Amino acid sequence: MNRRDALGRVALLMGGAVIGGDLFLSGCSTDNSKKTAKAKQKVEETLDANQVALLNEVGETILPATKTPGAKAANVGGFMAVMVRDCYKPEDQKIFLEGITKLNDASKQKYSKDFMGLDAGQRKEFLTALDAEQKQYAQTKTLEQPNHYFRMMKELTLLGFFTSEPGATQALRYLPIPGKYDGNVPYKKGDRAWAT
Amino acid sequence: MAQNTYDAIVIGSGISGGMAAKELTEKGLKTIMLERGRNVEHIKDYVNANKAPWEFPHRGGKTQQMIKDYPVLSRDYTLNETNLDFWTNEQKSPYVEAKPFDWFRGYQVGGRSLMWGRQSYRLSDFDFEANAKDGIAVDWPIRYKDMAPWYSHAEKFAGISGNRDGLAQLPDGDFMPAMEMNVVEKDVAARIKKHFKNRDMIIGRTANITKPHNNRVNCQYRNKCWLGCQFGAYFSTQSATLPMAMATGNLTLRPFSIVTKILYDKDTKRAKGVEVLDAETNKTYEYFAKVIFVNASALNSAWVLMNSATDVWPEGLGSSSGELGHNLMDHHFRAGAHGDAEGYEDKYVFGRRANGIYVPRYRNLFGDKRDYIRGFGYQGSASREGWSREVAEMSIGGDYKDALTEPGKWTMGITGFGETLPYHDNRTYLSKTEKDAWGLPVLVMDATIRDNEQKMRVDMMEDAKEMLEKAGLKNVNTYNNGYTLGGGIHEMGTARMGLDPKTSVLNKHNQVWDAPNVYVTDGAAMTSAACVNPSLTYLAMTARAVDHAVSELKKQNI
Repeated sequence: MNRRDALGRVALLMGGAVIGGDLFLSGCSTDNSKKTAKAKQKVEETLDANQVALLNEVGETILPATKTPGAKAANVGGFMAVMVRDCYKPEDQKIFLEGITKLNDASKQKYSKDFMGLDAGQRKEFLTALDAEQKQYAQTKTLEQPNHYFRMMKELTLLGFFTSEPGATQALRYLPIPGKYDGNVPYKKGDRAWAT
Repeated sequence: MAQNTYDAIVIGSGISGGMAAKELTEKGLKTIMLERGRNVEHIKDYVNANKAPWEFPHRGGKTQQMIKDYPVLSRDYTLNETNLDFWTNEQKSPYVEAKPFDWFRGYQVGGRSLMWGRQSYRLSDFDFEANAKDGIAVDWPIRYKDMAPWYSHAEKFAGISGNRDGLAQLPDGDFMPAMEMNVVEKDVAARIKKHFKNRDMIIGRTANITKPHNNRVNCQYRNKCWLGCQFGAYFSTQSATLPMAMATGNLTLRPFSIVTKILYDKDTKRAKGVEVLDAETNKTYEYFAKVIFVNASALNSAWVLMNSATDVWPEGLGSSSGELGHNLMDHHFRAGAHGDAEGYEDKYVFGRRANGIYVPRYRNLFGDKRDYIRGFGYQGSASREGWSREVAEMSIGGDYKDALTEPGKWTMGITGFGETLPYHDNRTYLSKTEKDAWGLPVLVMDATIRDNEQKMRVDMMEDAKEMLEKAGLKNVNTYNNGYTLGGGIHEMGTARMGLDPKTSVLNKHNQVWDAPNVYVTDGAAMTSAACVNPSLTYLAMTARAVDHAVSELKKQNI
């Protein structure tokens, strides 16, 4: 409705608080900023092209092209690089970067190939298992415990895709100037949701 | 000196300052409006108003750098990349928190009228009589009948959409056609009406016009108000008061003008003008006028008065009562409930309504009696969940994606907005040590909510749950996300009106008792907070005070 309502609407993603915490809403402690400023943890300025390509494939596996474009068409890999660089705290940046390695290591262990070497079926099987792992972890995780890297990747995939031009205008419906309000229009299964 | 002399000076250009300028200039007074921040030109400077979500690199979120730069703003939704330019630079303008206090400011032409929530309600005599009846603080020196014609005046000019709901505690006004409730809200409202005596859910009354008005285009249902609106559909200084004031030919607008003090003349016992520090050049200027309107927002209006200390009043102009800077109030919120509405899967909405529902106060009214005094109203809305929801039984892949491209279940949430009491000990004062970027003393905030508000918050949760459950919602959960004074962005009370110069800063016409040609007509003037959004009251109060000032000038009383 009004400005206050923004609180409940964007703070939660996938049924939980947004990682980075401060992406859309902090609402809690503000001392984090000081900690961040002090932290000298060195992270790469941004991700390299191979990493972005990998993240695009991870994203595409989470949200593939169906009858509408998928996450790769929205370059969610590039989006993740920007978000991790600018919006994540140093400790979360570290988890994310290490997560890319962990993801490939786990893939090699299971399939003897890194993620890019997997076929579509294997990728889906692999990330489905990873998602189950992060969900399991989220159930018992306390606020202080580190975030799971795959939850970060999935969150950023959703955010990056559904707020992108292909995501908002093709997978969803986007209308910059509705011009009127109708609070009771028919809806039938399959109709796309409004992007905003 | 001649070119620095006007009939009237207005300090501040936000909701009340803009209204003061409009009313003064329309009555023929040559007026200068002094604004401490930069100019923001209507439409031209709404740089993000037409951007699509994907044009924001962080999709509206906040970066670590922003959090570092804006530690106060980052405490809430207020810090975001879509309208960052409208919020005050915290490094240049710090303040001291003797107790935690959220102060979200907008230092620019238009002030917070650019980002305000636009909910517009009249106070009623339940509010104006409350202090007297409860025997706390001081009595309001005015009653509803004094304000009613000015509320009408303000509503007709600003353009407030709403229904005439016929509720004693929330007087009807001169409204534009109301916005519409959605299908779920309508049913919830009907069920609340059926189950509860004296509880009503109405559509919000909002300063968004629903038909063309004064060269402004009616609301286009984009719900992007706080980026600035190229249609001028919501009331702001830029869309409404400033063009009117400019059209008279009587207004001079001076941005980058920090008013450091009001110049007081001991002999005439009147203010003669103000001292201005140019925020860009650091040069000092003086401006002179017969009447001064102080509209710098509650805390900064108190700051100007306090910083205008003289040997006559060492604690500041208007300090003789000992109440200047005291009785700091806000509205406490972030407690309520939400639940799921089932059975509406074949219904959706078209358009983004920049408004929600409102449940007017019912506690401690109509014979109800609680273990606290005063009450609260609820704001809220019903909507269908979007892509950020959890989808049960689904993980990743094409089916998951396609499920997220459809709307989710209907949910409805309501949040209480409660009255805070005017406690003398809740106050702000000038720091003796801390200075801002211009070397001016900063404010110290020393205020907190107390027992009355804490007790009320329990009801804000439990009542919300009860109402939503009775209205048929499922999985209803309460929440109390905590609240720090100031977070409601409704600062009030720091130069209160009253009947007695010994216990109040302003008289019933908003004149400073100690300098009657100085009027304070923003939130500082509030004697009690009521529980409704206060800005409409500032508009009405300002128009009323200008009318008085002009009449007094004619009679040569000031």
